[in-house]
This record gives sequence, C-alpha cells and structure tokens, in this order.
Amino acid sequence: MEHTEVKVSHCYQCGKCSAGCPLSVEMDYPPSVIMRMLQTGDPILEDTVLRSFSIWVCLTCEMCFARCPMSIDIPKMMDFLREKSVNEKKANPKAKEIIAFHRSFLDSIKYTGRLYEIGLFVDYKARTLKILDDLALAPKMMKRGKLNIIPELIKDRSGVAAIFKKSNKKNKN
Amino acid sequence: MSKIGVFVCHCGENISATVDCAKVAETAANYDGVAFSVDYKYMCSDPGQNLIKSAIKEKGLDGVVVASCSPRMHEPTFRKACAEAGLNPFMCEMANLREHCSWVHEKGEATTQKAIDLVRMLVEKVKYNHSLSEIKVPVTKTALVIGGGIAGIQASLDIANTGHKVILIEKDPSIGGHMSQLSETFPTLDCSQCILTPRMVEVAQHPNITLYTYAELESLEGFIGNFKVKIRKKSKSLDEKLCTGCGMCTTKCPVKKIPSEFNEGLGKRTAIYVPFPQAVPNKPVIDRKNCTYYIKGKCKVCEIVCPTGAIRFDQEDEIVEKEIGAIVIATGFTVKQPDFFPEYGYGKYADVITGLQFERLASASGPTLGEIRRPSDGKVPQKIVFLACAGSRDPAKGIPYCSKICCMYIAKHAMLYQHKVHDGKSYVFYMDIRAGGKQYEEFVRRAIEDDGVNYVRGRVSKIYEKNGKLIVSGVDTLLNAMPVEIEADMVVLATAGVANEGAEELAQKLHISYDPYKFFAEAHPKLKPVETNTAGIFLAGACQAPRDIPESVAMASGAAVKVAGLFSQDELTREPIIAVVNRQAAPVYSSCVGCFLCVSACPYQAIEKEEIKNRSGEVIKSVAKVNPGLCQGCGTCVAFCRTKSIDIQGYTHEQMYTEVMALLNEY
Amino acid sequence: MTLGFYPGCSLKGSSREYAESVLAVAKAFDIHLEEIKDWNCCGATAAHNMNKELSLALPARILSLAEKQGLTEIIVPCAACYSRLTVTKHELSENPSLKNVVTDANGLAYTGSVSVLNIVQFLDKYIVPNLEGKVVKPFDHKVACYYGCLLVRPHEILKFDREEDPQTLDVLMLKAGATPIDWAFKTECCGAGLSVSRTKSVGRLSGKIIGDAHDRGAEAIIVACPMCHSNLDMRRDDINSYLGEKIEIPVLYITQAIGLAIGLDRKLLGLQRHFVKVTV
Repeated sequence: MEHTEVKVSHCYQCGKCSAGCPLSVEMDYPPSVIMRMLQTGDPILEDTVLRSFSIWVCLTCEMCFARCPMSIDIPKMMDFLREKSVNEKKANPKAKEIIAFHRSFLDSIKYTGRLYEIGLFVDYKARTLKILDDLALAPKMMKRGKLNIIPELIKDRSGVAAIFKKSNKKNKN
Repeated sequence: MSKIGVFVCHCGENISATVDCAKVAETAANYDGVAFSVDYKYMCSDPGQNLIKSAIKEKGLDGVVVASCSPRMHEPTFRKACAEAGLNPFMCEMANLREHCSWVHEKGEATTQKAIDLVRMLVEKVKYNHSLSEIKVPVTKTALVIGGGIAGIQASLDIANTGHKVILIEKDPSIGGHMSQLSETFPTLDCSQCILTPRMVEVAQHPNITLYTYAELESLEGFIGNFKVKIRKKSKSLDEKLCTGCGMCTTKCPVKKIPSEFNEGLGKRTAIYVPFPQAVPNKPVIDRKNCTYYIKGKCKVCEIVCPTGAIRFDQEDEIVEKEIGAIVIATGFTVKQPDFFPEYGYGKYADVITGLQFERLASASGPTLGEIRRPSDGKVPQKIVFLACAGSRDPAKGIPYCSKICCMYIAKHAMLYQHKVHDGKSYVFYMDIRAGGKQYEEFVRRAIEDDGVNYVRGRVSKIYEKNGKLIVSGVDTLLNAMPVEIEADMVVLATAGVANEGAEELAQKLHISYDPYKFFAEAHPKLKPVETNTAGIFLAGACQAPRDIPESVAMASGAAVKVAGLFSQDELTREPIIAVVNRQAAPVYSSCVGCFLCVSACPYQAIEKEEIKNRSGEVIKSVAKVNPGLCQGCGTCVAFCRTKSIDIQGYTHEQMYTEVMALLNEY
Repeated sequence: MTLGFYPGCSLKGSSREYAESVLAVAKAFDIHLEEIKDWNCCGATAAHNMNKELSLALPARILSLAEKQGLTEIIVPCAACYSRLTVTKHELSENPSLKNVVTDANGLAYTGSVSVLNIVQFLDKYIVPNLEGKVVKPFDHKVACYYGCLLVRPHEILKFDREEDPQTLDVLMLKAGATPIDWAFKTECCGAGLSVSRTKSVGRLSGKIIGDAHDRGAEAIIVACPMCHSNLDMRRDDINSYLGEKIEIPVLYITQAIGLAIGLDRKLLGLQRHFVKVTV
C-alpha cells in the first residue's frame, strides 16, 4: 500500500471513521476494519479487502477523513482499492450494479464527451438487466425538460477518447 | 616550555569504533610541549582517573587535555581528578572526540584526522591557560513557590518544615487549585476538600510561610541563590487586616449573575466574592471588571454593610520586592473547553460538559449541591455518556499526547453517577484504559464489574441535540465496528489537559524552557524531572505535564528537597569562567576607554562603572568593571568591546586565536 | 463583466433549472457568464472510482481549455465538478510528474492559473456586495441549508467554509431575508452516486436529512449541488417510504432562492421543473 502514501500504520483503531460513515451499516467491513486488515500486511486479508463490498458502496463522502484524529486519507485508499480490485478482477459480485453504473457513465463520456443520460440508462440496463427500475421516472423527467433526447456531442471527441485510451493502457477497464 | 599530558579515551567503543585512538595519542606525543600522551579504554573510570593523577605527579604536568566525551558529561570529573593531584582544575581541558567526532562520522581516515586536529587545538589552547579560583556567592535562604495548588502547597510545607522561609504566591483569590474543585479523588474516593483543606490551613498558619493570594510574578532578575523578584499583589479592594471574613458583603452584593470560575461556569457568583466556602484566606476580593462601582461609580453596598470598614475602593496594586534563593514553579494546568470540538457542537449544547464541570456537579459544595443535574433544565439525567480522549491523542486537533488522568477520572465519574442515580445508565466510549498507578486497575474494574458502567470500545463521531436529548453516534470496534447510537441526557467530555493561558509568558519571565505545548521543560526527562535547565528553578506538579495528585505531591516534595539541599550551604561556588576588564599599571590603568557599550550589552546587568582614583583621591578615569557574582560568562561584552579590554577567563582572545590557528596551520 | 462558466453535465440535463437560475441571477447583476468552449465531462464519481489518471486528466482538460480561452476565473455551480477541478489543481501542483503524465494524456498545455469558484464563492464575491438594495421579496421562510459533502470536505484542499456546521449558505439566506435553522444534517451525505444503482440507500440517507429538517420546522431546503438536489427532490418517493410519511418540503437551489428574493420570475428560475412542488 506504499503506492498511495496513505499512512495506514498510524491507525489506532478508534473507530471514529466507522462511526461517522453513512454507509457503514451496509458494508461487510466498516472502514476501521478495512484499515486494520491493511495494517497487518497479510496478503490474504489484503485479498479479502479487494474482494469486499465495502469499497464499492463507499460514497467517497470524505466524512471519515474529516474526522480521523490521525488524518488518514481513507477516501484516497478506497479509490486505489477500487481501481486495483477491478484490474485484478476481484470485484465483489454484490457491487455489480454500482460498477455497471460507473462503466456506463464513463462509456457515455468516452463517446460523446459529455454525459448523455438516456445513453447511460440504456447501457446500464443492458449491463444489469434491471429494465423495469426507474422506468416511470423517464417520462416524468422528460415532462420537466430534464432529459435530453439528443446527446450533446463535443467537437474534440477524439481528444477525449484518446485520454481514455492512454489512461487505460495500464488498466484493463 | 609547557608540560602537557594528553589522555585519549576509547569510551568503550563509542569513540574507538570510528576513531583510531592509538594513532591520535601517538601523533599528540610528538607535539611541542606535550610531555605525556596515552590512550585508554575508560578515562572516567577510577583507573583512568588514576592514570591522569599519577602522570601529573610523576611527570610534573602543568596542563592536561582529556580527549573524550563532551565537557557537559565529565568536565567536573576530570577537573576534580587534577585538583586532587595538585594541579589547578582550570588547567584541564577536554577535546570532544565523541559528540563532535566519533558519534557523527563514519569510520575512516578523515574521522581520525579530525580527532587529531581537535586534540591539537586544545593542546595549543592549554598552553595559554591560567590557574583560576572558584568564585563564592552567598545564598539567600528564602524560597519562592509560584502556584498554590496541591503541588505548591506541598512544596511550601516541605521547605518551611526544614526551617527555611517560603513565599507562596497564588494568582487566584484562594489557594487550593484544581484539587479544591474535585468532588472525590481516585482510587480511594476520598473527599477531595477534606484531605486538602487541612493542608491549606497549615500553609496559612505556618510561621515560615508568607502567603500572597491574588498575586502574580511581575519580574525576575538574578541567578541561583541570588534572585530578585517583583511580586504584583493585585488589589483586592480590601484591607485584609480589618476584614474578619464575616461574609456580609458577599450576601448583600447586588451583582449576582457573574459565571463562577470555581464552578466552571455552572454556577453564579457576586462581584465581591470568596471563591468557595473553605477558601484560604477566607477574605473576599472585588472583581473590578464586573463591580457596579468601578463601572458606573454607584452602589458601594459592601462598604456600607461591612462591620469593620474594611472595603477600600481606591486601593491600588502593590509591587513587593523580595530577595529569593530558589524558585519552585507549581502553576498547574487547565482543561480544554467544549467549544474546541466542532463535531460535538462547538460548545453550543449546554448538556455537553467537561470533566471538571462534572466534578462541580458531583461536589457537595457545588452549584447543584452534589446532585447530578443537566445544566439546561435541571433534570437528573437518566442516561449519561462519557467520552474518553476528547482532544488528547488527537494529532489532527493538535494534541498528540495522552492526558494521563482521564481514564481514571472517567471511571470515577461513572461510579459516582451510578451511586447517585441508581437506575441511571452510564456509557463510556474509550480507546484504551490507562490505569497504571497503585490500585488504579482495580478501581476501573470496580466501575465495570460492580457498578455496571457500560464500557464501549470506540470513538464518537458526532453529537447533536434533538428534542432536548443528545444523540451520540459512536461504534463498538470490538464488534466489527458496529454502530452504537445513544440518546443521552448528558455527555461528559474528558477534555485534554493543557498548559495554562499565561504559561508561555511566565516561562519567558523566568527564563526557563518549555515545550511546543507550553508545558515547562524538565532538565532531563528521566534523571532530572524536578529541575529546569535554569539553575535554582524547580518544577512541581502538572505545569510540567498532566499528572495526578500522588505524582504531583511526590514531585513537590522532590523539588522541596532540592531547594533544601541548595539552602544547606551558606555559599555557592561559581565557575570562574567570567568576563574581566583588564587592569594595567599607571598611567594607563586599563585599556578600557570608558565607552560603556558593554554595560548596555550585558543581558545580566553584571557590568558596573568604576572610578579609578590617584593617591590624592582625584578621579583619573571611569572604566568598566564586571561583577563576578552576576556574570554568566556569555561573552556578549567581549564581542562589543572596541578596544579588546574585556576578556573571558578560560576563553581569552589569545586562547581562541591559538585554537583556530592550530586548526588551520599544517603541523 | 464576464466570468468563465463550467456548467457540467447535470446542469445541461437533469438539473437544467440550476443553470437557468444561475444565469438569471448573473444577468440581473449584469454579469455575463462565458461557457468554456467544447468543455468535457469532469468524470465525476465514476472516474475517480475506476481510474486515477483518467479522473485527473478529464478535469485537467477543462482547465487547459479555460486557460486557452483566456479565462482567469471560472464559476462551477456543481459541487461535484467543483470538487474534482479543485482536487485536480491541487494534485497537479503538488506532484509535477503526475502533471506530466496528465498533460501527456490530454495533449494540452496546463499551468494551473485558472481560479475555480463554487457557487457560494461566486455569490459572495460578485452578487452579495450589491444584493441589499435589490431584495424586493424577502425569502421570509425557515430554511435548512444543506451543504452536502463535496463543498466543505476535504478542508485542507478546498479551504472553503468549515467542515462542521458550515455557515456560508446560512449567511447568504439571511441576506435574502430567510431564517436559517440550526440542524444536525448539514453535511451528512445524501447518497450521492448511488441514486441509480442503490436507490434504497439514497432513500435512507436522504430520508434522514429530510426527516431532521422537517422535525425542526424547515419550510424549504436550500442546496448548492445538483446531485443533492436530485436525491432530495427527485427521489422523494423513496424518502417518503423510508420515513413512512409524505413530506412535502421543497428543495431549492441557492440561486433560485436568491432569484426569488430579488423578484425574478418563477419560470425563469425553473421552479416548475422540480418533482416536489415549490410552494414557497
């Protein structure tokens, strides 16, 4: 975990991060437990962390970092763990929808440069097969002028696509 | 020709591991003026010292260079050895081959060469050394104790009982300090005031103790055995000799709503007040900032009702000057207030209080007469939560250290609460339990095992108020960080123990060191806990670091014995490493031209003007003269003198020049 | 006067009323907001969750474009975009080798000279000095100002307001004639990006926020982030099912509230686009 420069060894397991985390009740391992697992340096525990659901349901709301007495950058660690988890194909199956949403979002930007919401929804439903979810929402949004039928295409789409390509060289996204 | 002895020490392996000591000794043997040169494993040991002594006697040495550790370690040792062998101790110099050479370099030729150079420098210097005699100064056998808490009280009593005089100054109107605010003390649950007040009375009545309350240190000059202090006695607006302590004035004072400092803001007091019933002295003071007379020029009710006419509205502060031989600092500590904690409400919630405030609630003489009641509505809390480490062990908040006493007083508070509110539920959120004293662990176990206090290992992330209750969100880290949310009636924060507000200023007045947290610095963390780096000034109690009562008392007695030791001599010997203005024969008398730049430069006011007179009593010239009792040998005057008329004995211009040239010239 | 403007994807689509109100308020004070030409999505949550380089390269491109356009200051009403842009600026200035990697991926020059202002900083700097005289219909209601996560955390990088019990929105609303209430969920997360993938969690988190505001008598909730608005407004049904009751407190953007206070037309401010009817 030296890559992140996050000072995991400083954690004295006070639990304040877990206490303030809005999603800790939905996690398999609350943030303070994740810190402990990383502290041990045990490769099996590190593997468990990469396969955990916690890292995916984390909202990066930064509450843990704001309250941590040791100023440990847990959100930075979470981002790192997420990227590593996906690259090593260890992502928790329960996180399927969450990851699908991220992928759909990024795919949308890759092609148009800006988010195309309808494209995002369609792509997400294709990945997750959750066809009926939020279906009633679309007409309501359209009625209020919140849903664009035509995507906004930026001019330098190839430039943006190139950014994606270069950043993905190391990752297998 | 000089006959200098060079003694190179191996210091076990400390020096010999990186420096070739034998080579250093061999090289030194060939210098002009060196009559004896040897290396040995431990020069400071008895055989080592005997080596020096026999060499002095047998070879008739007139100078000694010991090439070993820092003079701060063993200069006294070697100088004493020389004196015992009949050589003036100031003919002995040390070359620091350890801290200045072997400990900071790797093994190699360059390191050995540096050691050789260091020895050469000192050998050349010693050729210009002169025999010097120690200076004797008298000792004033009166001690000043600053701070009238338990540590200050103990130190004063101990010193006074050895027969010496003590002046005890306390900035509050009464002595007693924080201990007088406590309800019961751990681990015995003794009533705090019951054990303290007899001591307070003893202090007031002791023939050797002069007590000044509502007084602070104004300034300090001088040095060990010979301090001059100015004490500011703040005006109490009272003639203490006339006041009988009847208390009529405090009953009749119309200004009744001032937050009481003694009750940590939970109760109110009047403008003319005695801080608490058992105050010593039991005489009131007028708080001029809040008194109607001083603000608007009206009232004077206290003056009217006082049966002895003791009120003095126009009394001014008095500065008292005293001569002191030693000082004990016992100014104590304070605790952080809840407004320090953003996630616990920035001090907005009346029912989130500090440990010291809880003491006042639990205390029989407190604002609620010993009943635990919520400051907001006066109801008895049915659920109370105690937070450990509220501010301590928290680098993000700037306080990385542990405040030591909180684990113990939290257990005590929880126990007191359970004893007073039988059906109440108490919770303690903790990270670790630090109960290292005698019977401390057993005390904490009693809270958990006998009194049913719920200890939850985890910290609280946030406290907020809803519908009159305090919602406390924490976790239990022993249960996979399971969230624990409690709707509490009252929350007690074990806030960090920190240095007093004026600590930095006081330290600067006293010329003592302090750490980044403004706690006063001890001379050595292990071996000199009650001394400071300033000779003659000692520490006792929590002003040095947060600590509990038994430790404060022990430290106070320790400081007292140091003072008594100092006072057991009638004279103190001082090193003769002081500045001297030269004197020559007539008609010059001295190369000093009387510009007196040195007088203003001296930080210790140790230089005076002296008139040189001829036989008829006419003044020929005014020159500078150094007071040997005050001079600290800092050398500032030497740097200022334009005619090079002033020099430091043992570090003369000649000696310094020779050392530098010995280093630069190829030998 | 002219200032740079980065609307971000939400303001063009699902939070269009935010953009409308920002532009309306700016116009009322004679401020022209110049959109950055050909701006791209900042990557929001998805990018930093999946790929660090990408999450820095996308915002860096935006900043480079702003530089190229000669803009010195850009207004970023979306709190998430503001967070990503500010964090990117910080990371690239702290780490020169990272900067090189990113500019290499972008193919654009980057000096970090552009200032990034969030909506509150924009209002404080350019609107508030002239606000007093223009308030014709004081927003005379009890409001709960909701800051969300990304405006105030992490403080070391954003250096804006304070992390606990922030006050900048409350002060703004006071100036608009409102009575901001003291409440406990000012900076608790609304559920953010889980709106689609885990709607139930949003129901719970946003539900707690609405619940507390309701219990303390708030008549409106003021936000400064399109994600928060979407969760608190669009997902009101999930919130209501979590709370077990139907709460009708409307959610307004800070610019809409200020717009109302200075007498701007409701349609101009996009109030009709909300899911929860804006009755104030």
